[in-house]
Amino acid sequence: MIASIFASRILNDLLGGITAGVVIGLVALSLVLIWQSTHVLNFAQGAMAMFATYIGMTQLDHHLNYWVCALISVAAGFVLGGATERVLVRPLYGKADINPIVVMVGFLSLLEAIAAAIWSGTPRFIDPPFSSIFFQSDGAPTGLSPFALFQIIAAISVMAATALLFRFTKLGLQLRASALAPEVARLLGVRVNRLLTLGWALSTAVGAVAAVIISTGDTGLYPANMETVFIAGFIAAAIGGLESPGGALLAGVVIGVVMQFVNDYFNSGYAGFVGVILLIVSLLIRPQGLFTKNAQRRV
Amino acid sequence: MIGVQNLSVSFGAVQALRGVSFQAQTGSITAVLGANGAGKTTLLRTISGLIKPASGDVTFDEKTITNEPTEDIARMGVAHVPEGRGVIAEFTVEENLRLGALASKVNIAEGLERQYAQFPVLGQRRKQFAATLSGGERQMLAMGRALIANPKVLLLDEPSLGLAPLVTAELMGTIKQLCAEQSLTVLLVEQNAKSALRIADHAVVLHVGAVVADDAAAAVAADTRLRQYYLGLNEQ
Repeated sequence: MIASIFASRILNDLLGGITAGVVIGLVALSLVLIWQSTHVLNFAQGAMAMFATYIGMTQLDHHLNYWVCALISVAAGFVLGGATERVLVRPLYGKADINPIVVMVGFLSLLEAIAAAIWSGTPRFIDPPFSSIFFQSDGAPTGLSPFALFQIIAAISVMAATALLFRFTKLGLQLRASALAPEVARLLGVRVNRLLTLGWALSTAVGAVAAVIISTGDTGLYPANMETVFIAGFIAAAIGGLESPGGALLAGVVIGVVMQFVNDYFNSGYAGFVGVILLIVSLLIRPQGLFTKNAQRRV
Repeated sequence: MIGVQNLSVSFGAVQALRGVSFQAQTGSITAVLGANGAGKTTLLRTISGLIKPASGDVTFDEKTITNEPTEDIARMGVAHVPEGRGVIAEFTVEENLRLGALASKVNIAEGLERQYAQFPVLGQRRKQFAATLSGGERQMLAMGRALIANPKVLLLDEPSLGLAPLVTAELMGTIKQLCAEQSLTVLLVEQNAKSALRIADHAVVLHVGAVVADDAAAAVAADTRLRQYYLGLNEQ
């Protein structure tokens, strides 16, 4: 009896951790996509996703359906990402690495300030489209709700779609070539600049999916609502290796699960340290990232 | 036909090309020869728009393309196989070839068939990563990737670099054959003057960024002074 309660507690923590972890993984994937194509660490990524979510979700006031608003959020992310690359990032290519970092940190503060000015800093709570009451098993709640299940399926679908796009389409081939060997791609007639814009657009749209999920339910939508998950996603991207989308996803899930266990068995105050400790340990073992191939790139 | 008129290129205080002019005729191979640092690679990179010249013009079939972006020059039919071949090691052989066809209107399946017929070893290795290819195979892949889009001009930068003499000879034969069959304008940059002169119709010799000879390949090959001072060919 005690053993089975204990087993179900572990299972519930695992499910809760995976639910949080896939979203961390999405944020990490979004960072990796931008890093791979333009070698910019997009510190404003969480804020851009938040901003796009505001644009979409405030349409609920006009009695639009949740799904339509979610779609508008993702589309807004796509446009905002592309515009950011064209206007803010493009002038910085070829400059010292510190330039894009400073610009993107500035952009992060600016977006949060603008969002607070337009929509106020008070959290806005959005009803989930599915129940967030845990499924019951033998009268006891499991760690999984219908909305959490949707969250996992949505995150995994987005990642799978991204992987398929990159692996199997003409567009994906050109996007990869533009990231790996921009000069060679240009010599073959690939319009690299447009593809870099598209890469930022796609990655910000992926970030917007994560932001829509996070803003729905208990956390609420407010200007700084992506900060915690962005830091976790950033750590996941660093642990997984900035060159490896799959590694970033896996690291995101691991961080989510470990945080959940620490929350449950120790003290929720410690959970914030988990990511940082995992990062330090992984950097000590493999500074290039756990899933980055060791070999240097050769052409 | 591709031509340059009075082309000058500077990198800071260093002048890499000094008023270079010549024409490469359709259906012929023009060898661009000279020692290391003579400006051969800079010349090709300026023709394909990767470097913008300080002065002078690049013309392609009587059209000035000096200020066109690289992507557009490639789409017009100027294929540049860069030094070191530019094969994308993380892509399979087939992905590399596909990439070459995407910017053109070529049917990809037909294009692949044609290149596999021309270079059978690429067909055998179509699913392998380009990283696993030998130097000669990589050169064939880079050529196939350039040719799949049916270009009019082929710019080859040191194709013999790092290849065994026998492989180089075979490669030069292929270049000659392709030029004749598809009436390409070939600009062949080589440090290996001997191999290049064997197949070239015309030769341009560069020395620290300036043209010192522009003549029929046979005439350049027969010129003792050029051979000795600029081409590093000794007189045995």
